[in-house]
Amino acid sequence: MAVVATAGFATACSSSGSASGGGTGSVGVALILKTLTNPYFVAMEKDAKAEAAKDDVTLTVAAGTTDGDTQTQITAIDNAIARGDKGILITTNGDAVNAALKQAESAGLFVIALDTAPSPPSVADITYATDNTAAGRLDGQYAAASLKGETAVIAMLDLYNNQVVSVDIDRDHGFLEGMGIDPGSTTENAQEAKNGDYTGGSGGTYTIACHQPTQGAVDGGRTAMENCLSANPGINVVYAINEPAAEGAYAALKAAGKTDIPIYAIDGSCAGLKLVASGEFASDAVQYPGKMAGLGVDSIAKLARGGSKPSVTNGLSFYNTGTALVANTPLAGVTSETPAQGSSACWGS
Amino acid sequence: MTIHAAGNAAPVTAEDLRNRPATPAQRVHAVLHRQPALSPAIVLVLAGVVFALSNSRFYQPENLSLVAQQAAVVGSLAVGQTLVILTAGIDLSIGAVMVLSSLVMAKLALDNGVPGAFALPAGVLVAFAAQAVNGLLVTRIKLPPFIVTLGTLSIFTAITLIYAQGQTVILPPGSFLLWSADTVSIGSLHLTTGVLMMIGLYVVSGFLLRYTAWGRHLYAVGDDVEASRLAGLPVDRIVLSAYLVAGLAIAVAAWVLVGRVGGGDPNSGLNANLESITAVVIGGTSLFGGRGVVLGSLIGAFIVQVFDNGLALAGIDPNYQVLAVGVLVIAAVSVDQWIRSVKA
Repeated sequence: MAVVATAGFATACSSSGSASGGGTGSVGVALILKTLTNPYFVAMEKDAKAEAAKDDVTLTVAAGTTDGDTQTQITAIDNAIARGDKGILITTNGDAVNAALKQAESAGLFVIALDTAPSPPSVADITYATDNTAAGRLDGQYAAASLKGETAVIAMLDLYNNQVVSVDIDRDHGFLEGMGIDPGSTTENAQEAKNGDYTGGSGGTYTIACHQPTQGAVDGGRTAMENCLSANPGINVVYAINEPAAEGAYAALKAAGKTDIPIYAIDGSCAGLKLVASGEFASDAVQYPGKMAGLGVDSIAKLARGGSKPSVTNGLSFYNTGTALVANTPLAGVTSETPAQGSSACWGS
Repeated sequence: MTIHAAGNAAPVTAEDLRNRPATPAQRVHAVLHRQPALSPAIVLVLAGVVFALSNSRFYQPENLSLVAQQAAVVGSLAVGQTLVILTAGIDLSIGAVMVLSSLVMAKLALDNGVPGAFALPAGVLVAFAAQAVNGLLVTRIKLPPFIVTLGTLSIFTAITLIYAQGQTVILPPGSFLLWSADTVSIGSLHLTTGVLMMIGLYVVSGFLLRYTAWGRHLYAVGDDVEASRLAGLPVDRIVLSAYLVAGLAIAVAAWVLVGRVGGGDPNSGLNANLESITAVVIGGTSLFGGRGVVLGSLIGAFIVQVFDNGLALAGIDPNYQVLAVGVLVIAAVSVDQWIRSVKA
């Protein structure tokens, strides 16, 4: 399965060395992404490059070939140490990179985890992340409020089968919590009671129709939604782990002539916000991948030039780059932006 | 057939030995040997019965229509994979070529404003070109197909990602390329043109394999490449043609995928490489070449999808679907080995 395809995507400018240290000159920074197949991480790359150009930073970009490819990431960490980079920005593919990151830190590199905190969080010097639970929660609150007391029949379109990826669990559980449903576990999806009462909005009863994996892709989202609909044609709430899965879900609903069923997505790409505006998604919880990466590059540049270390957001274990809910119709009790407002800070094209 | 006067009389001549009554196992063996698609067909029927008993929604026409639509992409791809595997080869890059081809179609149409009727053949050409690379590396440079396609899997995946720039391309409704998603109702079944295209592929490839010299040569080369060479068959050309004809199946799969996704998505179809091999193997085609029928691959693709759908309807953890498919693959290969073990 694992295929060496995109190892070491070097940027155009990667020659000027920066091992000399000191206060002036170009600062070397390594940006190590999960993959380059997902626009979310491509947005990180884009904004990191823009920030690097501004700050006189020599940025080297690497990425795993698939989600979970830690070997390519470890190689990229080793390369960063060898190159004399001042810091590493990484969205880790798993705990296997921890030892390499520790090595980088002892070699004097400042390690910033992006998007998701590593496990344990102390592996990185600091994490710049979106609170995925908060993003899911916003969607869940909005979903509960729009039900107006109606019985909820919920389709949960998750990321994977294996139920151990933190973003998968955080978003899924956040959504359930937002609806006022106990997820039933802190470490696994699909452990909540299958029937019961939700307390969000004006409250009501709920049924979980399905938890299906989508691989975070359009075709996976479509197949998952089709199977969910076959299992329970009464579905009236669709949670989707990300926008591609949500697009697939919409395709399935459209084919079934059920375009009025609301889909609650997470990501906040510019393309996704357009789908909110056109009504395909009921809401989209917006995250700011570019902002994380840009801030990360900036922090390392400042630190290398004698500035101070960045610090975490009050009350959280990481620096929160924020999340906001974009929806067409504002509902009482949930703060939301319109697609037009949201599009000023969206990512991708 | 010689009929023994006394059932328990020991056979005395070679003639007797050859004509002795077959044991039940030998009879089953002989039938399976003649009908490679029979054992997967039995599995499909059994699975269908079990899932129908567990949830009556399973056999509703709406649900069966969905299963057909879900199987259409891998089902089309499996035609190409069958052709390659029949030559005792394997194509690990087949799904990657499909994703690349589908992105070329969708991106040309949306980003470059190329009319769909031209974007489509461009995608077909890409599939052919990619398969020409695979086929030429196998036949001219004499590299093992496993290694060639392992390498081109990386290459085609990388090209796809560079070309896609991490973006999903969604086509506007009514686009020509979305024709493969149009609904075709046959009685209470609501299929898509994509499903019909897949069925068309099976009919055409089944005919070619069974009734044309090319088809028989493909089996011959897969069964014994040296004997075929000695018999005067242009072995390399036949193998190359298998990769190229597979290109057509890939292009159809790409078009069906565009219809399902509603455009081009570099993340969709990532598992199709292995899923197509799974369908072919479960369908009773031998990985050693020379034995199997395309119909088996269609059944194989359906078995995988029926397990996926049936377990979802039964509300069972999707991990068990993955587990079940793994068991089926091992079982299918074991049956194949058993069938090959005794030459009647």
